[in-house]
Amino acid sequence: MDKKTPLYDLHVELGGKIVPFGGFLLPVQYPGGIIAEHKAVREQAGIFDVSHMGEALLEGPDALKNLNAILTNQFDNLKIGGCRYTIMLYEDGGCVDDLIVYRMGEETFFLVLNAANAQKDIAYIREHLTGEVTFTDLCDKTAQIALQGPQAKSILAKLADESAFPTGYYTFVKHLQVAGVDCLCSRTGYTGEFGYELYMAPEHAETVFRALLENGAVPCGLGARDTLRLEAAMPLYGHEINEEIDPLTAGLDFAVKTDKPFIGRDALLKKGEPTLHRVGLEVTGRGVVREHMKVFAGEEEIGFTTSGTFCPYVNKGCAMAYVPAAYTQPGTEVEVEVRSRRVSCRVVPLPFYSRTRKKS
Amino acid sequence: MNCPKNLKYARSHEYVETLENGHVRIGLSDYAQSELGDLVFVNLPQEGDTVSAGEPFADVESVKAVADVLSPVSGTVCAINEDLLDNPQHINEDPYNAWFAEVEVDGYSEDLMDSDAYEAFCEEEKNA
Repeated sequence: MDKKTPLYDLHVELGGKIVPFGGFLLPVQYPGGIIAEHKAVREQAGIFDVSHMGEALLEGPDALKNLNAILTNQFDNLKIGGCRYTIMLYEDGGCVDDLIVYRMGEETFFLVLNAANAQKDIAYIREHLTGEVTFTDLCDKTAQIALQGPQAKSILAKLADESAFPTGYYTFVKHLQVAGVDCLCSRTGYTGEFGYELYMAPEHAETVFRALLENGAVPCGLGARDTLRLEAAMPLYGHEINEEIDPLTAGLDFAVKTDKPFIGRDALLKKGEPTLHRVGLEVTGRGVVREHMKVFAGEEEIGFTTSGTFCPYVNKGCAMAYVPAAYTQPGTEVEVEVRSRRVSCRVVPLPFYSRTRKKS
Repeated sequence: MNCPKNLKYARSHEYVETLENGHVRIGLSDYAQSELGDLVFVNLPQEGDTVSAGEPFADVESVKAVADVLSPVSGTVCAINEDLLDNPQHINEDPYNAWFAEVEVDGYSEDLMDSDAYEAFCEEEKNA
């Protein structure tokens, strides 16, 4: 049975088209449509109910040691008030999930997990914990709202004390009063845009969401969340990474610190140089390239796509794909088989969209 | 939901408009475009192609998914609406002027509905 987030009734009231996703009932779009929502985030500000994401708390004298042993990134130098992206691997180097770790205190860490993986992740972490730690599942006790877009700061400033906002990318403050509601607020997001993610008690989520709406944020659904993250080339578990695709193949080396031991490191090192690499494809022919389609160079099948759609802001069909090193050079012409038809594509650098090189 | 009285409708949400010369124009109903969401690509048949009632003759892609468009009639394509190739959003904006193909008809699908029956059919589908 799919769960409702605390904002379910509000989504229905706003005319959201509800679909099941990761065990939750969430809006895929509101009446404005995915393209308008996508553009609102690039040009103004959008809000997303991301309460389906999983959360957990790891604390105790051995918390840091456990994170370093279980996760691919290094947490020794993560400052209190900082966030860090990381992968969690199986012994064979395949991905259990990707997650973000928030350092709340010397010995206290807040973990944000993918919805569909949350219970699997929590069981996996629990199974590998050693020493003096306590680990708490907070999934049902936490709601999350993402506020993303160039106007995110000015909208939030109408509801909260601007001097208390987190400033650097991937930093957070533990307490920010937003419309009178106590929130954890981080400078993070999954859109490639400037923005914040707010965590609060489920019973107060509606107050915050409504206050943001009243101040001009556009409600956005899962559809825009996916097109935005794809345009920004952010990986999605189950697509760009999964049990078979390791993080080095996915080009996520920055989050994998092989100079310290962690679960799956030996398997990764043994594999050596990845045989496939993640690239961006821009559709130059006619058609929409989607996930799980075959990539060809001439008659030779060379790889496969992992995500693809029409990206509204760059106004192009875009896909991410895995191909051998010989085909990763930008400008390389390939074809993708779309419903038994070949569609021409060109390899382009990732991301398709970058806020810092945005046309203004 | 907008369902003009002068059109017939298929259970797969295409409409049929009969022209004065006896040919028909086929397109997607308002309900269909709203269910599909923002359309970003259309694949049309070519002039001279034969189409069969109940079989796909075109496809449309929204941001989220691809969908076949089924022909409510059998016959020969005598014109296509090339505007849609560059402006698929016209299907969302004005579905009853955004016809896909004009067909010289040999036969009709058996279960075409009038606008009242189609409206009731959509209500039922919505609540299913």
